[in-house]
Amino acid sequence: MMDTISSSSSGPKEHDGPVLKVAGLTKSFIVHAHGDLALPVLRNVALAVSPGECLALVGPSGAGKSTLLRSLYGNYRADAGSIRVHHDHAWAELVGAEPRTVLDVRRRTMGFVSQFLRVIPRVATVDVVAEPLLRLGADPAEARDRAEFLLALLNIPQHLWQLPPATFSGGEQQRVNIARSLIVDYPILLLDEPTASLDAGNRDRVVELIGQRRDAGSALVGIFHDVGVRELLANRVFEVSP
Amino acid sequence: MKPLLSVRGLSKRFGTRVACRDVDFDLWPGEVLGIVGESGSGKTTLLNCLAGRLTPETGSVTYNSAAYGTVDVHDLSEARRRLLSRTEWGFVNQDAREGLRMGVSAGANIGERLMAVGARHYGDIRRTASDWLDRVEIERGRLDDRPTTYSGGMRQRLQIARNLVSEPRLVFMDEPTGGLDVSVQARILDLLRSLVGSLHLSAVLVTHDLGVARLLTHRLMVMQGGAVVEDGLTDQVLDDPQHAYTQMLVASILPV
Repeated sequence: MMDTISSSSSGPKEHDGPVLKVAGLTKSFIVHAHGDLALPVLRNVALAVSPGECLALVGPSGAGKSTLLRSLYGNYRADAGSIRVHHDHAWAELVGAEPRTVLDVRRRTMGFVSQFLRVIPRVATVDVVAEPLLRLGADPAEARDRAEFLLALLNIPQHLWQLPPATFSGGEQQRVNIARSLIVDYPILLLDEPTASLDAGNRDRVVELIGQRRDAGSALVGIFHDVGVRELLANRVFEVSP
Repeated sequence: MKPLLSVRGLSKRFGTRVACRDVDFDLWPGEVLGIVGESGSGKTTLLNCLAGRLTPETGSVTYNSAAYGTVDVHDLSEARRRLLSRTEWGFVNQDAREGLRMGVSAGANIGERLMAVGARHYGDIRRTASDWLDRVEIERGRLDDRPTTYSGGMRQRLQIARNLVSEPRLVFMDEPTGGLDVSVQARILDLLRSLVGSLHLSAVLVTHDLGVARLLTHRLMVMQGGAVVEDGLTDQVLDDPQHAYTQMLVASILPV
């Protein structure tokens, strides 16, 4: 039985119905260096996710699963449509939003677990993990405690906590990244292959942690190539077609 | 909430050459805006126009001052603008020698800014200056040395301390890591990153280095030939660039 994480942050909000609503989402890439070549990826995507749900994006490689996930986070710019997020007791529209609106949604409402950690030079692992909580104004000592708790839970050896993660293995970096993304109880969590480079033991631990978030009322959208992981986490699938 | 800085229709030419063309944007409190582009794209000229160091031909720069309310930066008297730049603003030059007084000690360089915002007690000023040397990772024992005896990286850190000691509301930075060794750059980036976070600074940062922009800024404006060709959230502009020029810039980064 794993320890249950208790958090000092506010946690997922009580809300009936979906907290993420997508309609008419359309996205192409235009490559100017190749004669303005247009690569249409998403056309008219509509989906909705409610608290406690985990929606798995499925489809063949190249179908646009990652593009959809990155568009939801505002990392890719949608051409048309609507991405609405329940944020601060209201609906925030992310398509065409000001950068500060997107950043505020990311700080408080919507987290993203990517496959790869973007390493910040010279910053210790424990501080990399604690940062999202500090940005919400958490007490530094509490943020650090919670970062250490998550690092221990994710089997990052204690002697590595004070080192920058630049030299860590792929699996260790991915777990640092997961700790960083789970340190805040985001009401919405986007997951891009969260277990891709993990061994079986660590994969099970990560699946358990993410499942706890879902059961606690976070709304999850993820890409899980591992069918076993998908079956454990997802309660619905969304087919992304090219 | 009001923008800290509002820029409308700003254009600046040197003779017949257009350096900035019709620039519009708002900077909100707590935002770090990066201006990126190649040499000659007009980014430093724009920065100098924002800070009142150059006068644009057309357009306005409105600043929401703590002391004076909303002011047009280019309508202020020279004296008032200088006061503002010493009390509410900071300006970090690429070349630290331009931002420091090379003939006086490090302590005096930091102390001067404190006195501009009203500090008078010698012991307090010295203590704060010494704390700031520590904060920017310069030995406290170097407090009475002149910056002429410092290395390039130390000078840049001293310039940052001088500018941030008075906790300005708005900081302009022109290539703050330009011309430094990469290991020295990493140290300064880490320093700026933590200071920007802990002091909740608003800043406008000019850089040609997209890695620096990714690390330090919230949003970006991409300039080409004096015009802003693209703007948006930093990771979005870098990961999904829309304009042909931005796509070319991003595609030109060497992988390591």
